Amino acid sequence: MPMRRWWDRAHPVVGAPGARGLGVGREEWVQVARDAAASGGALLSLWTTQEGEGTRDRLTDSPAEAAVYCAYLTDRGVLIVELALPSAAEPAMYPGLEALFPAASRLQRAAFDLSGVRSSDPDARPWLNHERPYDFIRVDGEGVHEIAVGPVHAGTIEPGHFRFSVVGEKVLRLEAHLGYVHKGLERRFCGLPILEGHRLAARVSGDSAVAFSWAYCQALEGMSGCTVPQRALWLRAACLELERLANHLGDLGALGNDAGFAFGLAQFSRLKEDLLRAMSAAFGRRYLFDIVVPGGMAVDLPQEAAEALADTVRAVCAEASELRGIYDEHEGVRDRFTGAGCLDASLAARLGVLGLVGRASGLGRDLRADVPCPPYTGLQVAKAVQQGGDVAARVAVRFDEARESGRLLLQLLSALPQAERAVAVEPPADGAFGVGLIEGWRGPVLVALQAGPQGSIRRCHPHDPSWQNWPALEYAIMGNIVPDFPLINKSFNLAYSGVDL
Amino acid sequence: MLKTLRKIASIGVVSEAAPGPDESLRIRRLLDERISSVLGRALCIRHVDAGSCNGCELEIQALGNPYYNLEGCNIRLVASPRHADLLLVTGPVVRNMEAALKRVYAATPDPKLVVAVGDCGCTGGILGECPASLGRVSNLIPVDVAVPGCPPNPVRILQGILTAISAPG
Repeated sequence: MPMRRWWDRAHPVVGAPGARGLGVGREEWVQVARDAAASGGALLSLWTTQEGEGTRDRLTDSPAEAAVYCAYLTDRGVLIVELALPSAAEPAMYPGLEALFPAASRLQRAAFDLSGVRSSDPDARPWLNHERPYDFIRVDGEGVHEIAVGPVHAGTIEPGHFRFSVVGEKVLRLEAHLGYVHKGLERRFCGLPILEGHRLAARVSGDSAVAFSWAYCQALEGMSGCTVPQRALWLRAACLELERLANHLGDLGALGNDAGFAFGLAQFSRLKEDLLRAMSAAFGRRYLFDIVVPGGMAVDLPQEAAEALADTVRAVCAEASELRGIYDEHEGVRDRFTGAGCLDASLAARLGVLGLVGRASGLGRDLRADVPCPPYTGLQVAKAVQQGGDVAARVAVRFDEARESGRLLLQLLSALPQAERAVAVEPPADGAFGVGLIEGWRGPVLVALQAGPQGSIRRCHPHDPSWQNWPALEYAIMGNIVPDFPLINKSFNLAYSGVDL
Repeated sequence: MLKTLRKIASIGVVSEAAPGPDESLRIRRLLDERISSVLGRALCIRHVDAGSCNGCELEIQALGNPYYNLEGCNIRLVASPRHADLLLVTGPVVRNMEAALKRVYAATPDPKLVVAVGDCGCTGGILGECPASLGRVSNLIPVDVAVPGCPPNPVRILQGILTAISAPG
């Protein structure tokens, strides 16, 4: 285990179970990356100090060191590696990691747009900065033409631009250009008191509100040394599984629709609505914003409400299982799902694909089973892993995970520990650093948080697994036909807001 | 096929009655009664995410489920602003979407209506105005009706749409 030596040198980081941190020099920065890649670790995130911090500290107005951070997901937990860079005078540059982890490219370019700290990798096109037209990579050849789509799409979805190079209806290459909903989230975090940052975390990607706000609170609570009551942790897990179930139901309906089976959309959107109404009755909100708060939960769940919610979950999951039989037997649906948008296991591993999309391509990572935080430590989550890597595999993973979320929900809701719903949290000391890591419905969601003076936020970096999975979509579409893109894209269902920051 | 048909028959029609308009949502009174008589009840809507977190999008999508049955109210979400009578705009308008939103607005034929959806669209929300975000939708284009909420539920969004097309009270 080449990672072993780094792991042993690293110091514990509060927040996510098993998290560790390590300060390195330039050569070690590359060596850790090599060892992580060689041992099957995944690049989880990469970020730098924020705008202005390269020369002056934003809070204290003293000269500040620039730094670049990298988070690796290993079997033991997350390893945060920090490389300090010479400050001020000349533009800081650090060794790029694109050759080892393809997903690093866009992360490095985004980090440059936000901080002015550049990597040594050759692709230096702006990513979040849209001041100039984007320089797409062109495909030449007889009969090749481009189709430009977006940023405003035909459906009710988030904005982004897709540039297809096609021959006839066959896609030779797709290049996505994102960043259209870049709203300065990291900078906005710095204007919020650290005890209120969970509200913005929930809105990094609204479909993953529980995952991001829990990850934020996990980091913060670790930094504050606060022990969250068991009841709150059980309720958080219930909310996280409700979020997963609701999103999977929505996707399963949309996927049926994109395969020409409108019946699927009607049925699954009805089930999703049933679930949202039950969530609204239980928690006072259809989408679970601002329910995970520092120290615990914003609202409790009385026994009768928990039972009513469990009844709905049971009914919804039973119907979903019945509908799975209908999808499986429908030849038209099966024909569209099977073989479409295939991402094989070796390519998925090479691209460092995470979460649901990875599990559909044989990469069996799931934080809830691998490095579980309470209450998952006692739940024995069954990972949903498929080998096919096509739309059918991603549909199967969703069906399996919906069923497993149903099982977990019934278990959690029937055994909520008796305790208070929240405890008070003190703002952590200036400079304290913590990391939160939660398996959201798309995959692992990371929040790296550093406290500033007087209860402020010095830095907060939220990371959605869509960063890793967008480039994989570009490979999955190759050789497919343009009319299959909506179906394949939906089978990934990646975040825009979550990665545009 | 038999299973599918049996499922359809066993579920029946779950669609609920649409809510009425709510004049408290109206912030601009430009169009008069004649417009709604011109439009009748067939309304084409183009949605634009100008910087949303995707929360409002989920609730707009929910309008299409069988309970709210948007198309049953003679309202369609269309693929191009050139086909639209009304724009449903979410999010604070971020700088990278400024040009796209203005172009969508320009491409929508007159007379047109704009409904801002969600706290961010109404006020700028938690993001407000910052170097990357220009704040509420009405900072960029004229807004007729603003539907607050984070996110507003589908009934509120539908009320906002119905308010926009009904005669000002």
